[in-house]
Amino acid sequence: MGRLLWTESTTPWKTVLDDGTEVVRTNAWSAPGCHPVGCGVKLYVKDGQLLKVEGDPEHPVTKGRLCPRCLALKEVVYHPDRITHPMKRVGARGEDKWEQISWDEAVQTIVTKSKEIAEQYGPMSIVLFAGTGREAVKFQYPLAAVALGTLNVCYSQSGWSCMGPRDTAVAFVLGSGYTEVDFGAGHLGQCDDPEYTLPEYVVLWGKDPLRSNADGLWGHGLIEIMKRGTKLINVDPRLNWLSSRSEHAIQLRPNTDTALALALLNVVINEDLYDHDFVDKWTYGFEELSERVQQYPPSFAAEVCGIPEEQIFEVARTLAAAKPWGLCMGLATDQNPNGVQLVQSLISLAAITGNLDVPGGTIVGEHMIVDVNLDAPVDPALQDMIIGQKEYPAVRAVLNTVQPDMMLEALETGKPYPLKMGWLDSSNLLAPTCSAQPMRWHDALRKLEFIVAKDIFMNPTIQALADIVLPVSTWAEHDGIVMTHYGKQSGIVGAINKAVSVGECKSDLEALLLFCQTAHPEIVAELPKYQSMENWLDGDMGRLNVPFSELKQHVTGVLDVGYHKHELGLNRPDGQPGFETVTGRVELYSTMFGRLGDDPLPYYEEPRFGPLSRPDLAKEYPLTLTTGARYYASFHSEHRQIPSLRQLTPDPLVEIHPDTAAELDIKDGDWVWIENPWGRAKQRARVVPIIRRDTVSAAHGWWFPEEDGNEPNLYGVWKSNVNQLIPHKEIGKLGFGAPFKGVCCKVYRAE
Amino acid sequence: MAEHGLLIEYAFCTGCHSCEVACQMEHGFPVDRWGIKLSEIGPWQINDDKWQYSFVPIPTDQCDLCADRVAKGKVPTCVKHCQSKVMAFGTLDELAEQMKGKTNMALFVPAQ
Repeated sequence: MGRLLWTESTTPWKTVLDDGTEVVRTNAWSAPGCHPVGCGVKLYVKDGQLLKVEGDPEHPVTKGRLCPRCLALKEVVYHPDRITHPMKRVGARGEDKWEQISWDEAVQTIVTKSKEIAEQYGPMSIVLFAGTGREAVKFQYPLAAVALGTLNVCYSQSGWSCMGPRDTAVAFVLGSGYTEVDFGAGHLGQCDDPEYTLPEYVVLWGKDPLRSNADGLWGHGLIEIMKRGTKLINVDPRLNWLSSRSEHAIQLRPNTDTALALALLNVVINEDLYDHDFVDKWTYGFEELSERVQQYPPSFAAEVCGIPEEQIFEVARTLAAAKPWGLCMGLATDQNPNGVQLVQSLISLAAITGNLDVPGGTIVGEHMIVDVNLDAPVDPALQDMIIGQKEYPAVRAVLNTVQPDMMLEALETGKPYPLKMGWLDSSNLLAPTCSAQPMRWHDALRKLEFIVAKDIFMNPTIQALADIVLPVSTWAEHDGIVMTHYGKQSGIVGAINKAVSVGECKSDLEALLLFCQTAHPEIVAELPKYQSMENWLDGDMGRLNVPFSELKQHVTGVLDVGYHKHELGLNRPDGQPGFETVTGRVELYSTMFGRLGDDPLPYYEEPRFGPLSRPDLAKEYPLTLTTGARYYASFHSEHRQIPSLRQLTPDPLVEIHPDTAAELDIKDGDWVWIENPWGRAKQRARVVPIIRRDTVSAAHGWWFPEEDGNEPNLYGVWKSNVNQLIPHKEIGKLGFGAPFKGVCCKVYRAE
Repeated sequence: MAEHGLLIEYAFCTGCHSCEVACQMEHGFPVDRWGIKLSEIGPWQINDDKWQYSFVPIPTDQCDLCADRVAKGKVPTCVKHCQSKVMAFGTLDELAEQMKGKTNMALFVPAQ
């Protein structure tokens, strides 16, 4: 079990300056959106107004530093367009006519309506749609199950293509929570701590962590270890800033990653460079894996990935010799129908080179501290009705949500049963981050009889669909807890300390408790956790067994999940050495993959819409499209209306290589159409040599709050909406991974 | 404070914009005014192993080296919030001393 360590900070969570200004120390999360990183912040408040945001120098990880999204928080908190009261729609859906109502009316209407629908059509006709990364994610299961009585919780992105596939693959191969590169986040002294070892290499695979702090990894932590001598190997079709400082920047063709990973295994195994001791003691299926990788020599990977063969040999030998090296996987491992095989291969590479759960290596995670499973009484028969779990049982294993592609079909067809009510919980899914074919989702969701939304700003999804909107408080306006990657990994445990109030906004937790208490007082009477904020937050500290009040006083602690847990018997509930898998070992040959309908061994699948699979399509659509490039100025579709952030990236950008742009007569700054058989999107060309000549990289999550919000314009949501180019249900066998980072397209100048 | 300056070790400047936004917030500048502005140099490929891809934040004539903050014993807000910790504030003598033996460094003495 991880250790919670307190910093030596002596500054209380709140101090009052001579002029009456209060200074509140807190840890950031959401709203507005961010991953659970928990950067340390000081909020200056006078007469109840937020004056200024500063970094907290006593925070163990960020040490006073902040990114622009936190620095501009004041513009979010007091933005004139912010939703600050509950509202009900008074026109047609999409007509931009709203009327302020009381919380009491909102809650009564929603509870009454949801009970009517549950009675008439069954509770599973209600679906909760949750976004990504935000605090709301933590509360989606109890909100659905206790307040609404449904188990249909939906992360709507085709193939669940964000974190879920990685989480599941890691759980199958290691039996643990998500892995992460060790940059010292679990030590009070961080990367200068005596218990820490500097990685010789970090492998960044499909990740640009500086911009997004994805998965709770504070990206600039990597700069700290680079300054101390850590070298990088970067795998990305795009040469990002970190790649330009890497010893190897492998610019592979999008979605061919698994071929490269298998070829690296091929070299390490065939040249006998692996850690025999670790393989013998701790792995299962090495012989089978050795046999499998014979199909993937470097010559094969070089060809399909479009990279030099020699580079594969060099990187494999470097990683085999490095002591230690750490693996940092990115979203590109999820947004690929072949992605779970990629994760399996990469974890295998970390394992057989002896770099799993060693200082400076790849830390094996713990299970989530926050228990997302249901502690409320729910009819077990409902579990078998969750949309898409019958077809894709792997979605049940770790995530226990619906399978999102199956949800779209269920909404469209009314099968296997009709769906009647939706709750959009901090998810602007049309905008788009988390949907493929957003117009189909738009049309399908409009069929729902009643839709509730909860968010901080009006957005295209709410405008088009919602009947009632509930206002959410920012992280400056509520109490809460943030843990690096939900407590699965070494990092911080931070109190979110309320500093100000705005309108009638409530936090996701406050709203959850209010709805549960109103809808089902009889359940809440049996569940003390649901009876007060204090009870809930104490419970949220989970196995750390520290009351929230103590965390609040300390503001921030460090969670150390530890090293060598397989040797120390810390991975398994029975206390035995090893891993919590079926075989007790690292399953290079995965019994769970096999059991759930996929190959137990990793394999390569050629991108389905690339020039090799579909030469017919390649004639008209010769380029490969990768989407979702990250920017400092936004979290997915958020922050578009925040002046200080919008100025940094005013337009949606698509990156094109100068040679390709010249062939297409496209100049830097031109508006261009990106088009393929599924749709098109208009973005602004950034002509830049950091992208492969055969690939373009497009921004996602664009809408234009300054434009007309009425249907059909919906703040211009369809104009630059690159997710329209992503096909529906082109996913892996387990139900995971859509090609958000690998479909065909053409690009031409827009007039 | 003409004897004070900003030292930028731009080898590790990632172009994260924190200095720019922190400065605007501190001084209440509108979005088209800056006390410090990032300059992007590149990206272009120099040879097989090397890229020119740098960011350098450059103080403008509206930079006052955060005189109010410095009077309270704090460092300028850009220095404080720099995510890569590549900015330093001090006297020119101190900063020149820090530059010795290093490369990819720039020392700015704003108009003030």
